[in-house]
Amino acid sequence: MLIDVGIAAIKSLIVIGLALNLAGILGWIERKGSALIQDRIGANRASIFGFAGAGLVNTLMADPIKFLTKEDVIPAGVDRLLHTLAPCVNLFPVMVAFAAIPFGDVLTVGGRVIELQAVNINVGILYILAMMSLGVYGVVLGGWASNNRFSLLGGIRGSAQMISYEIGMGLSLVAMVMTYGTLDLQAMARAQGQLIGGWLPAWGILYQPVAFLIFLCAGIAESKRAPFDLPEGESELVCGYFTEYSGIKYLMFFMTDFVEVAVVAGLIATLFFGGWQVPYLGRDGFHFPWGVMLLLPPLAVVALQFVSFLLKLVVFCWLQILIRWSMPRYRYDQVMRLGWKGLLPLALINVLVTAVVVLAWQG
Amino acid sequence: MNDTLLGTSTPYLSIVVTFALTGVLVTLMVFMGQLLGPQRPNAAKSQAFECGNPSSGSAWGRFSVKFYLTAILFIVFDVEVVFLYPWAVVFRRLGWVGFAEMMTFVAVLGLALLYVWRKGALEWD
Repeated sequence: MLIDVGIAAIKSLIVIGLALNLAGILGWIERKGSALIQDRIGANRASIFGFAGAGLVNTLMADPIKFLTKEDVIPAGVDRLLHTLAPCVNLFPVMVAFAAIPFGDVLTVGGRVIELQAVNINVGILYILAMMSLGVYGVVLGGWASNNRFSLLGGIRGSAQMISYEIGMGLSLVAMVMTYGTLDLQAMARAQGQLIGGWLPAWGILYQPVAFLIFLCAGIAESKRAPFDLPEGESELVCGYFTEYSGIKYLMFFMTDFVEVAVVAGLIATLFFGGWQVPYLGRDGFHFPWGVMLLLPPLAVVALQFVSFLLKLVVFCWLQILIRWSMPRYRYDQVMRLGWKGLLPLALINVLVTAVVVLAWQG
Repeated sequence: MNDTLLGTSTPYLSIVVTFALTGVLVTLMVFMGQLLGPQRPNAAKSQAFECGNPSSGSAWGRFSVKFYLTAILFIVFDVEVVFLYPWAVVFRRLGWVGFAEMMTFVAVLGLALLYVWRKGALEWD
């Protein structure tokens, strides 16, 4: 019992640490990446001895310390309890949602089989959807409690946008559940280890390209980033629902943003791109389709899987940053039109087509 | 044997542990901010921020009814999605009969979507 709690705690700490560091690294990559895209230097104070790469270490350490030692301004007219509660309610669900994404197959230590997934439940998809929906409360509470017109507008815009895109997102995931026949994220990742025709990895995107596009679009809208950044909309709403926040609470909203990016990237990797799978890598080593085998110790296999997962995670985080800095912001009626008249019917049709094809296939 | 009661096959243990650790982290962050940051409030600082203009009063008033409508429509269609999940897991075993039953349900909601669409509830202006 105690060992189980210990193992669960270690896995949770690994994933929480991963999420926190990823948030910090993404904050730096976002600044440097946007500078790259806009042909400017960007974040030049974060370098150490003129070497920009060292700025990453600087950012990871300096940013949290700076935010922690700043005054936490609570304006006079706010609802003090909700004002403090909002960043917690915002950050908590995305952190625990990230913990449900599998980051490796299994690790056998002393006869004990450890699933490399911090929250290893067999309804992972439902759990993540439930947690992501809870994120709406942070946005609404933050906007409402601040007693500021900009915040309120940002909060209600954000809530309407998030719930609108949740339907499209949920329906695209229904199609994935139908493809794999399970709600278990780990089982989905394992199913993608098979090969089509003996050589092509059976990744989800080959079966469900439409669901991938819907999920990517709805995922970016859920994390409220450009081109769907109307709840924050710097040029019109100052900072949207977290205008009245400063110090560590501001950082918590900021982190939520990046952890959401990581959750969406992790889900895309797990559902559509094989998760932790390395092509042709089984539990005992590589089995190449041209007949060559390369046996590896279990620890090396797990390490390769973890690196593969991280690589996919970073690629899809970068894709979202790339989209953010190359697309202009939508108008609000365009956002709602895309969600209700575009993604919702498209995702429903995708579910129907999937059902007909699968049922016709099995006869 | 012991495992089935308390061990790795109890999935809720991992949820409890993760929730506890994340909860501690989030609470710690807020308290650390209170502890380490200075507290020097003044009248100008505690005004609501409206780009430097004097605050035009409380924001707790009425806002556009469109947002309420969106929320109500969301509940209808989100519940539809919730009903689709159990079917999606077992639809291979239910076969064409299950498919026909589910399609009847989806068709009713599809009609509802069509009605809402034609009524103009999805137009933002």
